[in-house]
Amino acid sequence: MPAERFEGVHLGRTPEEIEEEVERGVLLTSLDRAVGWARKQSMWPATFGLACCAIEMMSAGAGQYDLSRWGMELFRGSPRQADLMIVAGRVSQKMAPVLRRIYDQMPDPKWVISMGVCASAGGMFTNYAIIQGVDTIVPVDVYVPGCPPKPEMLMYGILKLQAKVRTSEPFR
Amino acid sequence: MARDTSDMSAARDGLPDEAAAFRDAGTGELRQETMVINMGPQHPSTHGVLRLLLELDGETVIRCKPVIGYLHTGIEKNTEYRTWVQGVAYVTRADYLSPFFNELGYCLGVERLLGIEAPPRAQVIRVLICELNRVASHLIYLATGGLELGAVSVMLYGFREREIILDLFETVTGLRMNHAYIRPGGVVMDLPEEAPRKIRDLLDLLPHRIDEYETLLDDNPIWRERNEGVGVLSAEDALALGVTGPILRAAGVPADLRKDMPYGGYETYDFDVPVRSEADAYARYRVRIEEMRESLKIAEQAFRRLDDTPGPVMVEDPKVGWPPKLSVGPDGIGNDPEYLRHIMEESMEALIHHFKMVTQGVQVPAGEVYSAVESPRGELGFFIVSNGEHRPYRVKIRDPSFVNLQALPAMIEGYLVADSIAANASLDPVMGGVDR
Amino acid sequence: MRPEELAGRVRPVVPDVMVARDEVTAIVDRARLLEILAWCRDEPDLELGFLSCITATHWPEAQPAFWVSYELRSIAKLHRLRLKVGLSEADPHVPSVTAMFPTANWLERETFDFFGVVFDGHPDLTRIMLPEDWEGHPLRKDEPLGGVPIWYHGATVPPIDQRGMA
Repeated sequence: MPAERFEGVHLGRTPEEIEEEVERGVLLTSLDRAVGWARKQSMWPATFGLACCAIEMMSAGAGQYDLSRWGMELFRGSPRQADLMIVAGRVSQKMAPVLRRIYDQMPDPKWVISMGVCASAGGMFTNYAIIQGVDTIVPVDVYVPGCPPKPEMLMYGILKLQAKVRTSEPFR
Repeated sequence: MARDTSDMSAARDGLPDEAAAFRDAGTGELRQETMVINMGPQHPSTHGVLRLLLELDGETVIRCKPVIGYLHTGIEKNTEYRTWVQGVAYVTRADYLSPFFNELGYCLGVERLLGIEAPPRAQVIRVLICELNRVASHLIYLATGGLELGAVSVMLYGFREREIILDLFETVTGLRMNHAYIRPGGVVMDLPEEAPRKIRDLLDLLPHRIDEYETLLDDNPIWRERNEGVGVLSAEDALALGVTGPILRAAGVPADLRKDMPYGGYETYDFDVPVRSEADAYARYRVRIEEMRESLKIAEQAFRRLDDTPGPVMVEDPKVGWPPKLSVGPDGIGNDPEYLRHIMEESMEALIHHFKMVTQGVQVPAGEVYSAVESPRGELGFFIVSNGEHRPYRVKIRDPSFVNLQALPAMIEGYLVADSIAANASLDPVMGGVDR
Repeated sequence: MRPEELAGRVRPVVPDVMVARDEVTAIVDRARLLEILAWCRDEPDLELGFLSCITATHWPEAQPAFWVSYELRSIAKLHRLRLKVGLSEADPHVPSVTAMFPTANWLERETFDFFGVVFDGHPDLTRIMLPEDWEGHPLRKDEPLGGVPIWYHGATVPPIDQRGMA
């Protein structure tokens, strides 16, 4: 948003800085910043590996592409102890109610990463059996395309999510 | 097991009997019920989205009913609406831990319908790549099996080795998983320049790493306790239930399609088929470790043959071979400038032919075949029906995991719940193959 | 056993045998299915005691409309045989072979789920891949592929089977 939009505002910043500030959407207090930082540092994913993307997710958690650099190597088995659901793989019609149930069982605040094109949009399987995008069932924060996405792509998606969490208002 | 609760009655201590509501009216014994618990489909230890309905008496499994279908993708129906070559991309995602085997089985079937054979160099590359895929798949079995039983370090080592193999796959095919590299008529592209050196390094490194696994797990008392005597499936039961692969070979039956009904040149390679007789989870573990070594032996032989087998990697017939000629052009993508010049400037027919091949693809004569390969999990079969069009009419994938999973109740009924995890891990099912 | 030899051994019992592309296919009447499967299993030269696969194909315009095929394999003698049973659309019933081959349990359930072929005598003929309350049998040729139209800005692309591409 160009600075000309603000009439009579003299902030002493360059247009790019203003743009960045407004893009972030909020002006954070230090408590918000601290909570946002803590939340992003220690997200625990729930195991929701379904198909091929699950193997790449496991590779991302293994030695070479190490998710524990960001505190995420601890995949919780129970959704009640998790705050991130990485939907990794194709979601079939039979699995959709289960997915929604697991999402509902997660406590707030929770985030969803849709990993792979099958989870994001149905992928190459535009047919009767696959849900054409999990965003028809659960709200998705980050979509990571790929078939399957390399672990580095998943890590990039996680970093984007962490940037989003860091700048969100925790006490809504 | 009913405990004798007759002398635990409260009357003996002079106290009111609080358990009266739970006593059977006739015998005065405490009523016992079995508990039905539901394991899955989302569960950390079930190899994918498998749901097990277990009826338990204490810790003992009385009945087990697997419920599948949570990953049903409709691959078979989808192939009926795509061309024959596009079918490879669908079929490769069925059993996603051994994608090359899916592709190989499908392509062998299509080639049989077409009445052609892949060129010798393509066959050598196929064998090499498939055996490395077998090693990668068995590494996943070790990694996930170890993780489910609590040996977390085995998971990290397994994935470490697998990363080296996947790096090679990426060099050769462009993708780490679900490659669509083997096509009807051969393979897509020849090995790039850096591939032989990488394969050499891999083949030198992996045997030592397998030694590490043996040192870590073979005589490990916890591994042995949890795997010996667990998930026993005798040879008769296995054959009746249609089980193939390492499970059948661990029960004493030396059935391996690479030896019994060879395909793709396997009859010219020198390897053994490891067989054990105890038919429990530990025997399956030993069979898979031995199979990894044999696969590396085959890969070594295939690698040595590469220099002696020059030539094309795709059938020359232009009505069948697709893609036409791939080589890295000046733009860094696979557009061969010679071929482009030929179709754009020199020959109108070549352009029309190219257009037809792109939109419609190969035309396969009518008929049906059943082509089976030995995947890391057992007999992977493709029943392919064609009615003469440029699309398949029916592609049925006979997946080994689907049939092997039927044997799970036979393996765990009567044993402890914890053993069911070990038994499931030793079955090594891949739900993508089970549900397709 | 070579395919021609196998076909020769089978022909006296099942007359409709053909050899194509190194594979032997025999067409069987559904009334004789169990008897012939037992014969294939017990005959000492054949020993076809391993059932690899059961599947069906739907030919909507043709008679018979369903072909159910049984892939038999001999672990010891190293050969294969395919038996096919033709069924009409009005009466898609075939006897279940689960008693003889326990492996057929899930294979027949899957064929029922996808095509609606009813296997008489099956212990538990319910849907296995699709949800239990699903209606229709998706792999039949008259069922649509499904899927939703793909939306772009200013255009919609219909699902594959409705795109009009051959």
